[in-house]
Amino acid sequence: MHRQVYQSGLSSGQLVLPDQIGRRSFLHRGGISLGSMALAQLMQNETRAQEARLEKPDHWKGILSQPHFPPRAKRIIWLYMAGGMTHIDTFDNKPKLAELHGKPMPESITKGQQIAQLQGQQLNCFAPQHPFRQWGQSGQSIAEIWPKLAEQCADEMCIVRSLHTDAINHDPAHTFMNTGTMIQGRPAMGSWLLYGLGAESESLPGFVVMVSTGKFGQKQPIAARQWHSGFLPGQYQGVEFRATGDPVLYVGNPSGVNEKRQRDVVDAVQSLNRLADQRLDDPEITTRISQYELAFRMQSSVPELMDVAKEPKHVLDSYGTQGGDGSFASNCLLARRLAERGVRFIQLYHRDWDHHGAVKDHSAGTAQEVDQGVAALISDLKQRDMLKDTIIVFGSEFGRTPMAQGNGRDHHLAGFTMWFAGGGFKPGFSYGATDEFGYHAVENRVSVHDVHATLLHQMGIDHNRFSVKFQGLDSRLTGVEEAHILHDLLV
Amino acid sequence: MPKSVLVSLRTLLMATLAISSIGPNQLAAQETPSVIPETVEFNRDVRPILSDKCVFCHGTDKNKRQAELRLDTEAGLQQKAGDTQVVVPGQPEHSELYRRITTTDDEQLMPPAESGKALTETEKAILHRWIEQGGRFEGHWAFLPIQKTPAPAASASEVSSHIDHFIRESQSVHGLEMSPESDRITLIRRLSFDLTGLPPKESEVADFVNDTSPNAYEKLVDRLLASPHYGERFAIWWLDLVRYADSVGYHGDQEVSVSPFRQYVIDSLNANKPFDEFTVEQLAGDLLPTPSREQRIASGYNRLGMMSAEGGVQDKEYLAKYIAERVRNASGTWLGITLGCSECHDHKFDPFTTRDFYRFEAFFADIKERGLYSGANSDGNWGPFIKVPTADQERRLAEYDRQIVDVKKVLETSTPELLTAQAEWESTQVQWTSLKPDSITSKEGVTLTLQDDGSILASGTNPATDTYTFETKSLPSAVTALRIEVLPHDSFPQKGPGRAGNGNFVLSEFIVRVVNAAGEERLIPLQNATATYEQTGAAGGNPYGKWAVAAAIDKDEKGKTWGWAIMEQAGRPQTAVFEIQDDLTLADGEKLQIVLDQNLDNPQHTIGLFRLSAATASRPIRATDAPPANLAGILATPAEQRSDAQKAELSAFYQTIAPALEPARVQLAELEKSRASLDSQIVSTLVTEAVSPRMVRVLPRGNWMDESGEEVTPAFPVSLAGEPTSDRRLNRLDLAQWIIAKDNPLTSRVTMNRIWKLCFGAGISRKLDDLGAQGEWPSHPELLDYLAAEFIQSGWNLKHMVKGIVMSQTYRQSSLSPASLRETDPYNRWLARQGRFRLDAEFVRDNALAVSGLLVEEIGGTSVRPYQPAGYWAHLNFPTREWQNGSGKELYRRGLYTHWQRQYLHPSLLAFDAPSREECTADRSRSNTPLQSLVLLNDPSYVEAARAFAELILKSETPATSDRVHFAFQRALSRNATPDESAVLESLLNRHLAEYQAEPEAAKNLLSVGSRPLPDGIDLPTLAAWTSVARTILNLHEVITRN
Repeated sequence: MHRQVYQSGLSSGQLVLPDQIGRRSFLHRGGISLGSMALAQLMQNETRAQEARLEKPDHWKGILSQPHFPPRAKRIIWLYMAGGMTHIDTFDNKPKLAELHGKPMPESITKGQQIAQLQGQQLNCFAPQHPFRQWGQSGQSIAEIWPKLAEQCADEMCIVRSLHTDAINHDPAHTFMNTGTMIQGRPAMGSWLLYGLGAESESLPGFVVMVSTGKFGQKQPIAARQWHSGFLPGQYQGVEFRATGDPVLYVGNPSGVNEKRQRDVVDAVQSLNRLADQRLDDPEITTRISQYELAFRMQSSVPELMDVAKEPKHVLDSYGTQGGDGSFASNCLLARRLAERGVRFIQLYHRDWDHHGAVKDHSAGTAQEVDQGVAALISDLKQRDMLKDTIIVFGSEFGRTPMAQGNGRDHHLAGFTMWFAGGGFKPGFSYGATDEFGYHAVENRVSVHDVHATLLHQMGIDHNRFSVKFQGLDSRLTGVEEAHILHDLLV
Repeated sequence: MPKSVLVSLRTLLMATLAISSIGPNQLAAQETPSVIPETVEFNRDVRPILSDKCVFCHGTDKNKRQAELRLDTEAGLQQKAGDTQVVVPGQPEHSELYRRITTTDDEQLMPPAESGKALTETEKAILHRWIEQGGRFEGHWAFLPIQKTPAPAASASEVSSHIDHFIRESQSVHGLEMSPESDRITLIRRLSFDLTGLPPKESEVADFVNDTSPNAYEKLVDRLLASPHYGERFAIWWLDLVRYADSVGYHGDQEVSVSPFRQYVIDSLNANKPFDEFTVEQLAGDLLPTPSREQRIASGYNRLGMMSAEGGVQDKEYLAKYIAERVRNASGTWLGITLGCSECHDHKFDPFTTRDFYRFEAFFADIKERGLYSGANSDGNWGPFIKVPTADQERRLAEYDRQIVDVKKVLETSTPELLTAQAEWESTQVQWTSLKPDSITSKEGVTLTLQDDGSILASGTNPATDTYTFETKSLPSAVTALRIEVLPHDSFPQKGPGRAGNGNFVLSEFIVRVVNAAGEERLIPLQNATATYEQTGAAGGNPYGKWAVAAAIDKDEKGKTWGWAIMEQAGRPQTAVFEIQDDLTLADGEKLQIVLDQNLDNPQHTIGLFRLSAATASRPIRATDAPPANLAGILATPAEQRSDAQKAELSAFYQTIAPALEPARVQLAELEKSRASLDSQIVSTLVTEAVSPRMVRVLPRGNWMDESGEEVTPAFPVSLAGEPTSDRRLNRLDLAQWIIAKDNPLTSRVTMNRIWKLCFGAGISRKLDDLGAQGEWPSHPELLDYLAAEFIQSGWNLKHMVKGIVMSQTYRQSSLSPASLRETDPYNRWLARQGRFRLDAEFVRDNALAVSGLLVEEIGGTSVRPYQPAGYWAHLNFPTREWQNGSGKELYRRGLYTHWQRQYLHPSLLAFDAPSREECTADRSRSNTPLQSLVLLNDPSYVEAARAFAELILKSETPATSDRVHFAFQRALSRNATPDESAVLESLLNRHLAEYQAEPEAAKNLLSVGSRPLPDGIDLPTLAAWTSVARTILNLHEVITRN
């Protein structure tokens, strides 16, 4: 192939065209020649863009050509009560603690155990701070600070009261809950799912995170690492949707650029990238073109998603929000809208559950901030017949001590509660138990890895067969130790 | 052997023979798993199979090992038991290994079904042929000594010819040949990005293209290697490895000052400091004899790991986390091994035991550090650091110090006038009378005990809040002030004086009443509360801006939790004084009641030990006026009975308050304030300080609470270095010297493999983070060994090696990749073309700034803050923070200077795969995502750059649109636009020009993005339309790609 020489009108010398142009400028992929017809076509940007039938880019397909098991659920909505929700005052009633209130916790229970802020202090029992009742047909035992959730959804919930975890401080405990290890740099569960199953939505990311806070606790910092893709490629990273500013970072057009002008620029970029692709036949350029198309679609699909004005009044009322305020309730409503649009993994944080002091008032207050939104979300999904293939996960990175810290409770890793709903989990079901103090998970103990294994299973993935080589190891979400699918919880 | 197996094996071998007979060309073309090499090499062909399929149960990890059989050692493979032998050389059918992988007996078949692993037919055939050919064992390639190689190269071009020789040799085996050399434009762009991370300037392109001298290319390479930007480019590679960041990473992710370390890396690379020196300085700079400041800064390497200030963190747990991370980092950065896998169990694949891990850990046991950096979220104290002043700052500091010495001399000189004044002062000292309680009670039932010295000690229950009530009938007449002393005691956390976990308390309200015989109460008004110390930390939301004692007599007007506290001074006595408005004398039958309210909502902030006193001196009476406690006794002694030492002590104190010395004191205070202000501007950096080593023991399963493990001392991994021969305790200096020892097989190979990736897009072994058994057999082992040996022989001369690589013909090849070549060699293993890949995150930014003319090319300094979306840090706490965009030049610095927040890295960098640097990163991924498109389209940094670029285009000399498009392409891509490309851009330009002319407000809005002022004398709609063109260009795939 000969080299072409272009006369540069601007610099003194003659510049030879580089490889990108010279050698293959008349070799076009698929034999299409870029004549005047083609150019005219390129100019009809808008029509062409609308007609463009882009294949789903490879990056958004999962690596599993088919699931390991028949999937029971298509998506997960994880309601993450960050800070460490007190299990004893919410879902795990311990009358014995009330009897022993103010008396020392038996040493046999606490000996050799990890303690956080209560290190070196007198460990006294602290009674449950709220009355409990049996709710629904199933008679689930739930504290009265969850009136709406308990009333509307007790018979949907699958409550596990025997969780235990490995970390007693927030940061590593979050990392463990989300990535299955305390070491940084590993993929979050949502990233694993996208990697395995791919994204369903063609105009929204497949892994979305929203964070809200409240008025009662010490607001927990939440690191972006909690939704990072770790050693998996960046396209599997969770994307945060925000209540203020651009709902997704950089999704808004620059000032002075309306949607049409933005489309013009994107079209010009696409046209030039296509010209390059025709010259070079480079799969990376093909991917780049698809990503610009998706980016542009996100610029309209994200604002459309966030705009809840068209939701009927009774729906807004059921969630107790008008939307747009970044509240947990508002995020619950958005979670349903994301689920409808095919987003695979949705994680909502409420980061205000760290109640070292005044646990009575603060847990009641924070529960109130959460109660209605969760109840509405579950009822709404059920009404739309989506609960059957949506898993709701509700829980914290750890629980809180049965011992007093002043009038609050400290971090606690040996026993706590999570609950699930929908997606093939047994409705109106209770599983596992802590001891009479609410300290140790003793009956049907469940590890964080068991939860991961079970969730993967419901999504159609065998956790043992789902690994990526990293630093020489077959890295798994469920780690190197044995993890168990909790068949007892499943329908 | 059952017949059926024999038959199937024969069929298989025939099939493979058929494939291998079709010639090298096709062989390469069909690099499918079914190809079995003529000569099976253990390391290349056999080890990966054993490692992946067998060694999990038959390897180093003795807890997992089955049947006491190892298949990762020579002894294991030769093991005999009775009639059976694992491998019988030359006789696959008699080898137990082969029998067990081919048996039809499910009970005997290996690997067992439940392992989830299975051997493919090809793998079985490879093992067959390997045993047939003698079944020879080789140690793992990367752990074997580096192969002998030619004498040291006389020049970089000699290195280049060796490289080309190895590459050509492997190409010919695979029927390939080198692509032609790239044209000069591509070459200078490739070299500029690879060596400096910046695009070439137009004049540089023209110079090179027109340079007809035979050594034009070498001159260009030399120029770029000498550029100060070379150090910046390679620093990014290094900072990823050593996990450099500007925040601590855990929990509150507070900021930490370490930018001098980054500067050290840039400077060292620019100066081409030998890599061995560079290594020693970082691991053990502090242990060198009389370390220079630079070496101490370098030792900060050991302090770059994550740290936590989260309340409730257990020291011991986090010390274990920090030290384990150091093993991961040092072994990852220099040795390319995954020693970290041995923290909980012996390594599954490589010959490393948990004992090796903890002995390696022990090298770092001398580093002075804390597990919990309590309070560091407010005071920024993250352990040992040094100040790193500039030359000018250093000069000014010395000047202040000289002046301070002069003034102090004046203050310390005694004169007769001073002695007289002192006598007078002594006579006016306030005398305090300790109050003896008739009763003292706690609302919450705390035990309060009167001590001999009049102080009152709290013990027993430790309630969340409390109120103490103190009553006495004995009070001097005409009391003018009351005092509370809070005192330390061993029974409290941090020695108190409070009972909170950090030794603090909060006195919310100090209430004084008089109660008469009839029980009627009268409130005694107080005024002018003063204290020896008032807490400033954790004062967010406090209406007083600090924990002021004034809040203790405000009748809780601003909230009942606010009060007096002393957190930073825990463990020391403090005093508060309250003046009584009108002199107070108790009448008969009256008693004094002092109420201490302690109501903080953060529990247990109550006072542990305190004493109350009264004074009758005339007002003002301030806590701060009181002479220190140690002088009270001296003052009480008549002057003539005082010892000389007592006299001196008293005079020394008086000098600090003598009115006659006030001017000198003011001057001193001002000097010290100025010095402190200057000092606070001096950047500091964390350094390593060695202390007596902590005890390190093996932690079973990595559990830090388990103290049953063996105690260990520093040692190198036994499989690499043997057992230690000396009794002397080794230290980090020994570690560093072992790492860069000539016979260490790993360091040089690992480093050269990574440098190769920077120049080609992939390593010679593609696993940059693991050269162990699970790593990848290098495509060109002899080449890697040659480079590794030459690197050592050259005196660890990095620029020499880089020059050798980029001077090679292999490097200079075209990166064009015809479909035929892509099919033959999809991963470009045989390098019959150069690589093409997206620029790294920082260079995506740098390139846009350079093209638009905005780039500020200063080298080094502290980190900067380019535009970042508001609220991006909303989820950070302790403390809550908001990113403040920088101003002026700070907005246009290179990406590597962007503030590196581990938990919330700048979203533009994150989108392009910059790592959070929480751990060692040897290999950045390169993704291609829609978020990247959104960044390039909408991040104000890129929009502003496009506008600046448009201004440049409009200022170019020729007004014709087509020439302007060429100008823009020349700046961004060093080439002219093709007619097709021009047509697209001109069409865009014309449409947007019309639109912005119709909507000038929109034009102005677009041009107002960023902080750059609107230009004079340019028509705004025209500029806006060209900004659209510039945005388009800056978004092109070609612009962010290195070809």
